[in-house]
Parts: sequence; C-alpha cells; structure tokens
Amino acid sequence: VTIASEAREAREASMLAVFADPVTPDLARSLDLAGFSWKGVASADEAADSEPAAGWQGVIIDCTTDPESAWAFARTIRKSGGSQIKVLILVGGAQLGDLQLRDDLFDDFCLSPFHPTEFEARLRHLLWSVGDATGPRADLVEYGQLILNLETYQATIAGRPLDMTYMEYELLKFLAQNPGKVFTREILLSRVWGYEYYGGARTVDVHIRRLRAKLGEEHAGLIATVRSVGYRFGQSRWAS
Amino acid sequence: LLDQHRDYVLRTVEERGVRLVRLWFTDVLGNLKSFAISPAELENALEDGMTFDGSSIDGFSRIQESDVLAVPDPDTFELIPWSEPGAAEARVFCDIRSLDGAPFEGDPRQVLRRTVRAARDQGFTFYIAPDLEFFYFEQPTDGKKPQPLDHGGYFDLTTRDAAGDLRKETIRKLEQMSIPVEYSFHEDSPSQQEIDLRHTDALTMADSVMTFRLVVKEVAASQGVHATFMPKPLEGVQGSGMHLHMSLFRGDENAFYDGDDPHALSAVAKSFMAGLLAHAAEITAITNQTVNSYKRLVPGFEAPVHISWARNNRSGLIRVPIAKKGNPLATRIEYRSPDPACNPYLAFSLLLAAGMRGIEQGYELPEEADANLFEMDDAALAKLGITQLPQSLSDALRTMEQSELVHDVLGEHIFEWFLRNKRREWRDYKTHVSQFELDRYLRSV
Repeated sequence: VTIASEAREAREASMLAVFADPVTPDLARSLDLAGFSWKGVASADEAADSEPAAGWQGVIIDCTTDPESAWAFARTIRKSGGSQIKVLILVGGAQLGDLQLRDDLFDDFCLSPFHPTEFEARLRHLLWSVGDATGPRADLVEYGQLILNLETYQATIAGRPLDMTYMEYELLKFLAQNPGKVFTREILLSRVWGYEYYGGARTVDVHIRRLRAKLGEEHAGLIATVRSVGYRFGQSRWAS
Repeated sequence: LLDQHRDYVLRTVEERGVRLVRLWFTDVLGNLKSFAISPAELENALEDGMTFDGSSIDGFSRIQESDVLAVPDPDTFELIPWSEPGAAEARVFCDIRSLDGAPFEGDPRQVLRRTVRAARDQGFTFYIAPDLEFFYFEQPTDGKKPQPLDHGGYFDLTTRDAAGDLRKETIRKLEQMSIPVEYSFHEDSPSQQEIDLRHTDALTMADSVMTFRLVVKEVAASQGVHATFMPKPLEGVQGSGMHLHMSLFRGDENAFYDGDDPHALSAVAKSFMAGLLAHAAEITAITNQTVNSYKRLVPGFEAPVHISWARNNRSGLIRVPIAKKGNPLATRIEYRSPDPACNPYLAFSLLLAAGMRGIEQGYELPEEADANLFEMDDAALAKLGITQLPQSLSDALRTMEQSELVHDVLGEHIFEWFLRNKRREWRDYKTHVSQFELDRYLRSV
C-alpha cells in the first residue's frame, strides 16, 4: 500500500512544464525517451492553472523562436515560485549574449539545436539537486512556521502538532505546496477530493473553516479568502 | 484515494503514539456505541472490518445471524482531545455491514448514506446546520428535581459564569474535532445553553451531532456537572430543541435561491418546503422520539405546534430566515420541531426524503401563515388548512405507521423495530401514575 502510493506521488512529482512555441518534435521525443512526464504550457497563467498538486518539478523554456516572451515567462516563474523551481533554458548559438545579466532567471542552459544525450544529462543533473523520482525526494513542505512532513503525514505549526482528518491534511498540503496562488472551490474540490465526492463544492468552505480553527487565531490568516473567487494560502504571488 | 486514506490513518497512529482506537457507531435510537481496538488490529479493521455480536445493540438484533461487521470510515479518523496525556486515543466512525459485506439494514448511518445518494443522483447536495440546545445541571439525584447552575436568561453574561467556562471549553474541544461553531450563548431558561454549528453535508453533520453530544457531556462531567439533551427537563420554561437550517446546492449554486422571486425563494425551495409540511406529521416520531419530546411541543415556549411556514414568525414549523444582505449562499429554511434527543441520521434522512418528494412530485407550497397561530381558534386554523403536529408519542407513532415514505426511507427492519420499541415505551409511560395525578386526585376524589 505504502509503496504504491509513494510511487504515484513520485510520478506526480516529476512533471515538467515546457514553454516553447511550439514544442518541437525533437524536444518532445528527447523528453519522452528520457522518461520524463511533461506538459506544454503557452503562458504563465496556463502554467499556474495546470500545475500538479506537488508543484512543477522543473521548467524548460525554449528561447529560440520568441525570446522576448520566453524571458518574460522565465521572470514570472521566478517571481511566483522563487528559486526552488529549476529552470533550464534552450538558446541558439547567436543568442548566448542574451544570457548576460539574466543569471537569476535560469539554473542551466543548453545550446539549441541540442544533442539529446547532453540535454538529458543536463536536465537530470539539474533535477537531481532538488531530488526527483530517481533521487532523494523532498519530504518537507515548509511555509513560515508551518511544516508538513509528506512522508509521515504529520504537520506542525510553530512546533505544535496539528491534528487533522485526512481531507484536512490533503487540503492543507495542496495549499501549502502552491503558496500565493488563488484557487476556486471547484479547482480545490477536483484536485483534493476528486469529482466523485458527494459533499459538493461548499465542502471546501467547511474544510477551510476547520483548518483555520486548527491553525489557531494567530495563524488562521495563512489561508485568505479571496472574495467571489476562492482561497489563497500565504502571501499573494503578485504583491511586490 | 482509499489506499492513501488508510496510509494516513495508520501513519498517524504510529507517529502520534495512539494506544487505543475507538470504533464508533450509532444504534437505532441514536445512542453512540463504541468498542476499542489496539493499533495492531487497525490495519486489518480498515481492510476487512471488525466482527462483533450485534444482538444486544438496540435495533441490530436479527433472527438468523447476530454477527455484523464494523467497517471504519477513514475520513472520520480523529485524535480524541480528552485522552490521557501520553496515552493518545483516536476515534473513527464505522459503517455496519453484514458478514457478506452488504450494508446492514439496522444501521442508521447507512440509511442516511442511501438517502443522500438518492438526492445526489438528482444533482443535489443537502447541507444542514443545527442549533443545539441543552441544559447544565448539578449531578442528578434520584427523585429530586434537576438543579440548574444559574438563573441567567437569554444572552445573559453572568459574572463568574461557570456555565460560560464550560461552554468555552466545549467549543475548543469541538473545534479540535473538526466541528466548527458559529454562535454560542446562554439561552432563555436557567442554565440552558445553545451552540449553533456551521453547515456541512448531512452525513458529516450527523456524525458531528453524535460527537457534539459526547463532547458536551464529557466536558461537563470533567467539572462535576451534568449536561442533558432531554427535550423538556424543567416544567414552565423553554425546552431544548434542535432547529435545523437546511439548503440544497447544485454544485456551487444554492438551489433554494432565486433572485427574481420576491422572497428570493426558488421553486425548488418551495416544493421542498411543501414536501416537509406534507410529511411533517409522519416523520415526527423520528424527529421527536421520546415521551418527553411532546411536553416541549406546546404553545407558549417558542416551540412549534402547527404545521405551517412563515418568513418571520417563530410560532410556525418552518421559518425562512432573511439572509444577510440577500446573500444567495445563505438562503435556507429552518425546520423547528426536532429535539436534540433524536437520532440525527434518521431525522436528517427523513427530512431530506420528505423535501425531495415535494420536489419530485411538484407539491404546492401552502400560503404563508404570518399571524400568531397560538391566538387563533380551531375554526380559524381549519379555514386556513393548518393542522397540528402530533400531540404525543402515541399520536406520532400512529401517524408514522401509516407512512409509506417513512417505511421506504428507513427500510422494513428499522421501521418495524422502531415502532415496536417505541410502543413499548408509550405503554410503560401510560401505566405510570405521576405526581401530577397524586396531587390532583388523591385528596379530591
């Protein structure tokens, strides 16, 4: 039981986002052959919307066709996800100059057209440093004084253990893994509960209310209500 | 999902050093039943259920086979906040199954599951929020009237308020057990309290009401106080009710709300109310299941007597509260007759089924009755077509017995057992010679 669910979690955790216009057949084939799960995203909004529960494991940005929007995308990723999300940039030989003064926007780069073996090696090495499916897995989700241990299913706030039902835990985990993002009730319901749940969308409100009570007055503000939209965990991503 | 559920429960037991896991379920009369297993047995219990002899549980006995299975519902797994430090305990609600795995026909939780599923098949989720009233008394002694802790009244903030401290501690424990509280205050009668819960889906709420009653009693007992949900413990003052605020949602939308209606009530809401009114008398034996329940349902104590509805009239059975700022999500109806001594699984099932029958068959909602019905005579009431709720347990049982709706919702097993059990209760009561009779007749006749 444990091994099966860990494998499933690990699979989910290794999803890559690929920003390319378009995703070239070469790129798609290289990713597939190397055994990565990936998803093409056309914009920062789409990257945010289709982000898996465990967050993107890494992001590949192809700067060869439309460098301007590619760099803008890289900037948004950094702003919203901080430096935990590993970014690999694909650049053409004539674009190497563009890398100057943009060191903060990527973790590694690869010359395009690329050699598939080199591309895969760079990608593996990059993801190894955060721990991917084949390496050590990141088991802790931390935000401020909140710590969730994904391996033991335990959570603490300011060192105090939180007693939660399974669904409360799952909801808190999902939110804490996606700080700063606003989720509608439907999205939370489908991502955390799955559609078959009979409690309906208001169930989300019920669980948010319970989580706030359990976090305690001092920390209840970690989960903000965004009027007529849904809920956000932690600070807004877009606040400067 | 189920695998992860189990994982979560097993890991939590291990990580938090849980020594004892209590398996909870409810008998037909709404009493919480429990047996404990050691953590070593939990994995097995989650997988296959635990066998136990159901023959001594009220409403569980059967002719051929007495063994049944308790199958834990892992989503209800929680640590018990009043366990001894260093010896953590947890509880989990169970569904009861026959040994062949089929839902056991005597299990009230399965009745509610079935009813909720039927409503969901029509696209509705049923939400419910109870206002629970109860009394604190000194520890009862036989033959003595219950002694209140204070003589405060509605919303009173009494100094050195023992009951207030109890209430505060109770709310803390409720919140720890995932039961969010909306309001709490001192009610009208001496030592009477009210705690209003925030809405959840009906199954969760029925579990919550079971937990609620235990938490209130536990916290009181820890301070040497007795808490009771008896519907009418003191003569001459208000009794304890469990008003139920109800709504149906279709996904994210409140199906009871219609902005174009002058009262913001949708056709669904009106038919649902019509269903409740049409079947109110039939389901009263379940919503008010004790002899004592009918001493609360009398004129003059803010409890309903007549089967009617109104927007702002607390003498009717159904009240339609005015939602704050016309908030569509808050549109709901309040059903006022049930008392907190009922079996919440069965009561919620019948309320939902009665309302759904109204929707399915397009019942017409009668006129609103906004006059004070207690001041009208029988002729005037008859002209409005307003009838009364059953006047006694005996009345209620007779009406229930004729009800196809109640029979279908409860199933033959519970229907038959309940009637038999409650008739016996009525017979015991009927043969009792009360103090009232002695005072009234002993000397005069």
